[in-house]
Amino acid sequence: MFPAAFDYRAPASLQEALSILKERGDDAKVMAGGQSLIPLLKLRFARPELVVDIGRLPSMNNVMRRGGHTAIGALVRHVDVENSKELASSAPMMVEAARWISDPLVRNRGTLAGSVCHADPAGDWGSVMLAFGAEIVARSLSGERVLRADEFFEGPFATVLKPDEVVTEVRIPLANGRAGGAYLKLERKVGDFATVAVAVQVQLEGEKVSRAGIGLTAVGPRNIKATDAERSLMGQEPTDRVIAEAARLAAEAAEPKDDVRGSAAYKKDVVRVFVQRGLKTAIGRAREVKS
Amino acid sequence: MKVAMKVNGAERSGDVEPRVLLVDFLRTNLRLTGTHVGCDTSSCGACTVLLDAEPVKSCTVLAVQAEGRSITTVEGLAQGANLSPIQVGFHEEHGLQCGFCTPGMMLVGASLLERNAKPTEEEIRWAISGNICRCTGYMNIVKAIKHAAMLRAAADAESPGRPTVAAATAGGE
Amino acid sequence: MATQTHMHGRIGESIKRKEDGRFIRGKGNYLDDIELPGMLHMAILRSPHAHARIKSVDTAAASGMPGVIAVVTGELMAQHKLAWMPTLSYDTQAVLATDKVRFQGQEVAAVIADTKYQAEDARDAIVVEYDVLPAVTSPQQAKEAGATLIRDDKENQKDNHIYHWEAGDQATTQAAFAKADKVVRLHTFYPRCHPAPLETCGCIADVNGATGKATVYMTSQAPHAIRTVFALVTGLPEQNIRVISPDIGGGFGNKVPVYPGYVVATAASLLIGRPVKWVEDRSENLISTGFARDFHMTGDLALDKNGKMLALRVHLDSDNGAFFADAQPTKFKAGLFHIVTGSYDIPTAHVTADGYYTNKAPGGVAYRCSFRVTEASYLIERLVSNAAIELGMDQAELRMKNFIQPEQFPYRSATGWVYDSGDYPKAMNVALEQLGYAELRKDVGARRQKGEVTGIGVASFTEVVGAGHGADFDILGLRMFDSAELRVHPTGKALLRMGTKSQGQGHETTFAQIVTEELGIPAADVAVEEGDTDTAPYGLGTYASRSTPVAGAATAMVARKLREKARTIAAHLLEAAEEDLEWDTGRFYVKGSPDKAKTIQEIAFAAYTNVPEGMEAGLEGVHYYDPPNMTYPFGTYAVVVDVDKGTGQVKVRRVVAVDDCGVRINPMIVEGQIHGGLAEGYGIAFMQLITFDAEGNCIGSNFMDYLLPTAWETPQFELGETVTPSPHHPLGAKGVGESPTVGSPAAYVNAVIDALSPYGVTNIDMPVTSDKVWAALRAAGVTE
Repeated sequence: MFPAAFDYRAPASLQEALSILKERGDDAKVMAGGQSLIPLLKLRFARPELVVDIGRLPSMNNVMRRGGHTAIGALVRHVDVENSKELASSAPMMVEAARWISDPLVRNRGTLAGSVCHADPAGDWGSVMLAFGAEIVARSLSGERVLRADEFFEGPFATVLKPDEVVTEVRIPLANGRAGGAYLKLERKVGDFATVAVAVQVQLEGEKVSRAGIGLTAVGPRNIKATDAERSLMGQEPTDRVIAEAARLAAEAAEPKDDVRGSAAYKKDVVRVFVQRGLKTAIGRAREVKS
Repeated sequence: MKVAMKVNGAERSGDVEPRVLLVDFLRTNLRLTGTHVGCDTSSCGACTVLLDAEPVKSCTVLAVQAEGRSITTVEGLAQGANLSPIQVGFHEEHGLQCGFCTPGMMLVGASLLERNAKPTEEEIRWAISGNICRCTGYMNIVKAIKHAAMLRAAADAESPGRPTVAAATAGGE
Repeated sequence: MATQTHMHGRIGESIKRKEDGRFIRGKGNYLDDIELPGMLHMAILRSPHAHARIKSVDTAAASGMPGVIAVVTGELMAQHKLAWMPTLSYDTQAVLATDKVRFQGQEVAAVIADTKYQAEDARDAIVVEYDVLPAVTSPQQAKEAGATLIRDDKENQKDNHIYHWEAGDQATTQAAFAKADKVVRLHTFYPRCHPAPLETCGCIADVNGATGKATVYMTSQAPHAIRTVFALVTGLPEQNIRVISPDIGGGFGNKVPVYPGYVVATAASLLIGRPVKWVEDRSENLISTGFARDFHMTGDLALDKNGKMLALRVHLDSDNGAFFADAQPTKFKAGLFHIVTGSYDIPTAHVTADGYYTNKAPGGVAYRCSFRVTEASYLIERLVSNAAIELGMDQAELRMKNFIQPEQFPYRSATGWVYDSGDYPKAMNVALEQLGYAELRKDVGARRQKGEVTGIGVASFTEVVGAGHGADFDILGLRMFDSAELRVHPTGKALLRMGTKSQGQGHETTFAQIVTEELGIPAADVAVEEGDTDTAPYGLGTYASRSTPVAGAATAMVARKLREKARTIAAHLLEAAEEDLEWDTGRFYVKGSPDKAKTIQEIAFAAYTNVPEGMEAGLEGVHYYDPPNMTYPFGTYAVVVDVDKGTGQVKVRRVVAVDDCGVRINPMIVEGQIHGGLAEGYGIAFMQLITFDAEGNCIGSNFMDYLLPTAWETPQFELGETVTPSPHHPLGAKGVGESPTVGSPAAYVNAVIDALSPYGVTNIDMPVTSDKVWAALRAAGVTE
């Protein structure tokens, strides 16, 4: 099994990449690590005329703290996130989530930004982006756009990116004070897409929740931000009752379908269970942070 | 298009369509048939090779993506007649039956030991969790990797600072 | 007394495998590694529909594509009378469809081109028009009145029923049920799964136009049988067909049948005059080649109030797919399923089976199983555990109470099997002790008090392997003997050729060790060759755990033949009477004079240089072994699981597996086989499922959907053993490769059911996935 024929360009600079996309973006697919795209090409679900391999672009494989956020370059791979000391300190939930991505070999090739752009509703990074309130930076010859995660995902495999745009980095806002997160995933085996996964990221002020982000994986046409659940936590002391209510609201936000991984009812309930567990873990972790 | 890369320490090149998979380039163009195809969907790891010393699934890498980079296949594990510790480990601990997953398993194991000289049972199982074996139930693969770790430790005790397999074949990194 | 010399590699010694060297160097020689001069590549176009009439096949565009040499259709095959082929179960199967497609993935056309890439590109350009028909996807649907007739190609086929088959005694069983205090019923579906060896199936057909010789390299577990089938299908004279099985990347039953691709590639090579290679991709392997199981089973177990078993009644509906192509002995339509009374002394039993056509892939193979014994073992072991729950008895105790006792062997079962040997209570006791069953039971009780969901499952399986006795077991009339040919060279080194074919089982080591044991030639000096029908003696192949029971016995017998000739030569060399010679592995010596001896190497040299007057030169022989009975390996497996109440996920905490496979030739290899089978059993119990939607689309057509366990999910295994030698096998060995897949699924599922039994759950069909467990818990009102 192998792809249908395509043209291939491996630009040496971002400028060159953007020029190619300006000209042929409509017929092109941008490839970073290729771990989502190459399987689609091989199954011939995707048959682009041109593959633009951005894998050789310089200076896009760094994780660095800058201003109020941690910037993750477009070529930063899952394994780099897994091993990032910077993220282990500024956003440890990212490291936890990275270990759930596919399998160790795929993580050696696949990139975080590529995964986000692929916008698989069963993809893990989308929920993580939503939980953190991350920003996605897109460049084209016309300039740069900074997109909020909650406006980035449109539907299954669809984002607001334009054909001539390339994502250059993803920005994870730095927490003020005591923050904690958790990524919980139910998968049938290593390498499987999620049956359900939940990303939770909370911040505490005193004993009260000052920020809550909850992203849901594989329970809708795109990664879902559980807004009502988040709101229910704001300003509250996270008692068992408050957490249970947030978990209930998150489950309500989920729109899963019956499939081989389980019934919609099952998935909704696992969302509830995971949000409940995730909030408890995240809050526990936040409490451990010395402010 | 032309593609050139270092394979098991030697410069190799070929003329391929952009769509040609790295595994096909290795097997068909270079006739290195130790790298196998098991699933086509990057689920099984039979096609594992080291790309700049990291294990990847060569059925999900285009040959053109490996341009200018270093590849180690199973054929590059032994140094001449001398088997590498991971190969000895698999033989000694009965870490293989049909042998089809073995090249990938050994490459993952070898690369794990480069990063982690004394992995635990759990760390080994985690490292090989992208590779499927249908014969061994993994018990003896885990033992084989532990055995290789022991051999490496013993060799290090004798001659510290010897070059590693991946470093030797990756060359000029 | 002769001094006992140490001989490397005798029976019972875990010597390292002789075959490893090439594999660890990446120098295995698998089918796809073979490249012949001028070789072409074939790609098969398959049906996207489960059931449809073919209106037209347009190959014009494909034929004109770069590198394309030929496009083969069913019509072309029909012109050569090759559109249909016989199956291993006396049915017919389409090679390339001409009238209808009857399952998704059925072969419709094939492209032969210079490269693999060109062949696949052109395949996409073939245009087929279909009239889609309703799909039948289960036996229940198949037998409905008015169900679509699948096999309208068969003249006398008026419905979708294939066979009815019975074993045991209906009247006595009915009578026993009438007197029972308790009847326990289990209806369970052992779903379709697939052996999925890591290497897919494939072949290279190389028909030499000048000589007429057809050499077919093939991923075959049974090359000789394939040669004969090929001769029958193609009409080629059998001496002109050479089947070569190179190194095989796992088989597990999947590589027993003849697949349409083999026939098309051979026909194409014949027509084109160049070698043609065909290698399946994974999806083709999963959707079209030999599947396993797909049995809908209902079992009723009658007991008295003390838990003594009185009778067993079983009915099964078998889903055989679109063609009845099961690979199994002719006499037994549902395989060896009637071993279903298992390890228990059940006075009477009645088994009925019905097979049905459905719009699913054909070819029920024994997936790491001796012809359906897996399904039988699963049913009885689940049923017995459920009986224990219903009777409020301990599951181990109920088994102990009903085991066939050691002194009852040879034991004739209610369905007619004669079990050769066994000691079931012993294996059970070893397992329970190794597990710490009594303590664990208390621990389970304590955990349950705390609200945890946890349980222990036990299964005490009986296997039936080593087919067979030729009078009862044949495939297409070929009696299921097996063979070994042993040549001892003048320097005392040996070549052993066999009719079997290793797919990872370690034959090159195990069978060399038998020669070591019997003839005293070190294992390192014995080369073992299999898989080339031009050189190896005829054999039925490797599947159903038959290699050691049958070909292993043949090896022992041929070695003994040579030892007798060696004795005569030794007597001649030592100038002693034959009856005065004693054998001490590796040499003959004169009784009372251990220094007056001749080694087997000296004797071998003499066999070519100095034989007694009138004796034929040489030291070689062949033996065809027809076993007097099957062998009956057995064991007890015990599994501990913990269930996550919130998600329904099952975590296997412990697996203890006590196997009795008789005498172990190479214990290391035996244990490796058991590990592998326990992992596959785990996969089957929890993950591996080939299922279909209402339109007959296969769900499970790649490794993203057909889930195979990785090292991360697979539990660790703790092994134990007892040894009850087979009384009729020359070495006392029984076969082991499949025991763990036969025995373990029930143990895993029994553990889950035990964990859920406090909530009234009595069954979850495999695979036991987290959503099913969650649903069972929620139905019982358990939630996190």
